[in-house]
Amino acid sequence: MAQYLVSVWHDEDYSTVDFSQPDMQRIGAQVGALNEEMQTSGAWVFGTGLRPASSATVVRTAGGEVSMTDGPYAETKEQMGGFWIIEAPDFDAALEWAGKAAAACEGPVEIRPTDG
Amino acid sequence: MADLDEVFRREAGPCTATLIRVLGDIDLAEDAVAEAFTIAAATWPAHGIPPNPGGWITTTARNRAIDRLRREASRTDRYLAANRLQSDDMEPAPNPDRDDLDAFVDVVPDDQLRLMFLCCHPALAADTQVAMTLRLLGGMETPEIARVFLVPEATVAQRIVRAKRKLRDNHASYRVPRAPELPDRLHAVLAAIYLIYTEGHTATAGPSLTRVDLSSEAIRLGRVLAGLMPDEPEAVGLLALMLLTEARRPARTATDGSLVRLADQDRGRWDRSCIDEGHRLVRACLRRNQPGAFQLQAAIAAVHADASTAAATDWSQIVALYDQLFALRPNPVVALNRAIAIGELEGVDAGSAALDDLDAAALDAYQPFHSGRADLFARAGRGADAVAAYNRAIELSANPTERAFLERQRDRCAADPRP
Repeated sequence: MAQYLVSVWHDEDYSTVDFSQPDMQRIGAQVGALNEEMQTSGAWVFGTGLRPASSATVVRTAGGEVSMTDGPYAETKEQMGGFWIIEAPDFDAALEWAGKAAAACEGPVEIRPTDG
Repeated sequence: MADLDEVFRREAGPCTATLIRVLGDIDLAEDAVAEAFTIAAATWPAHGIPPNPGGWITTTARNRAIDRLRREASRTDRYLAANRLQSDDMEPAPNPDRDDLDAFVDVVPDDQLRLMFLCCHPALAADTQVAMTLRLLGGMETPEIARVFLVPEATVAQRIVRAKRKLRDNHASYRVPRAPELPDRLHAVLAAIYLIYTEGHTATAGPSLTRVDLSSEAIRLGRVLAGLMPDEPEAVGLLALMLLTEARRPARTATDGSLVRLADQDRGRWDRSCIDEGHRLVRACLRRNQPGAFQLQAAIAAVHADASTAAATDWSQIVALYDQLFALRPNPVVALNRAIAIGELEGVDAGSAALDDLDAAALDAYQPFHSGRADLFARAGRGADAVAAYNRAIELSANPTERAFLERQRDRCAADPRP
């Protein structure tokens, strides 16, 4: 079994997304159902949505001094909105989960193998 | 020994494919096969080519690889660890005991199928799939692949290295995809083989119109695929399409090397044995009644092959086949070919009308769109429009032979300004 990071990406800044809107409600329900399916089948390791990228802080150290910068590390429009860590027997099985994740989120996901 | 190169060409793919399963690693398999070929080159001239050269190469390669792994204990651990490519549990032959150096390892045909699906994994870019296929299944060296696609050697080398690493890092399996995922995965394999064929049919650049080595490699791969998946009509359809197109090769260029279009070809020079085999395959796959894009294109090529003269072409059947193809693949290129066929069936005006309906913006960078329009314009007596369309087609063609043909056509229109 191998572990993969499946991350969900947003092309637009989603700090303004209204989660009470019907399409967000629908996506929420789809993701909930997928989470359950992952848990039942044993693919689930961890998964969560993330607060908006504007809430991120970059932390660095230099010479023992810690410094912080407000905002996400990558200054791009596309930001990660959530992720799963899944466990799958091989690449194709993992890709099948990634396909389901993209469908549930109605947007692109990135799949990347972990080092483990 | 002149046959040696030919044996190596033929056996490199099958041997590498089996060694990847036995050793569980692409690089290790490639190195081992190369080493076995070196030994063969040194010993076969004196002792003769063994009766089963593939089995000889595979066994020698396996033994050398295991010897080497033993010498480098850390590498053994590395390869025996989780990184090993997993194959499915429906092995056609059991994994031979890795330590039994006396065991004979024969080539397993199914391994080539596994390797095709691995090389054409949809998580790899299309040009990487082609490079991997030519390298691992076609036994082509990186510089050769680079020359074919006119990209720097370093680019091809990097694509291949990255692809192998990606497949390993992602724990890609070495198996034939399961039924539910098979159609999509098979399509990627078919598309890669067809891309190799079309590059051989009209080389993107380079002095000659065609590259026979690439076309014959694509047909060889198509044969392997159709032989191993006889129940997949699209695999059979692709092979038929390639054979029926290949049959016209001797007539596609005149003695001076210039291009001769289908309508003007000397049909007596078409390769009858290719046509007969192609016809047989088209009939066999269409009987299954699961039409697909390759089968329909093969059927269209078969209708052309049936006509003893260009004038005898059954255009109504060709239009009907393009209608079916367009229903499956509603893309502007299919629409263009359909419009040209309508022009042949119903006359220049109907053809022009069908062309006018096309999405010109989507086809603007597609050379055959402009040469097809130019031809219809010329026949409709619209000389100035024909010249303009030929000029655009010439701009878009990178093949000198093709460009020379288009220039001749254009000059003929310019010289004959019919009302």
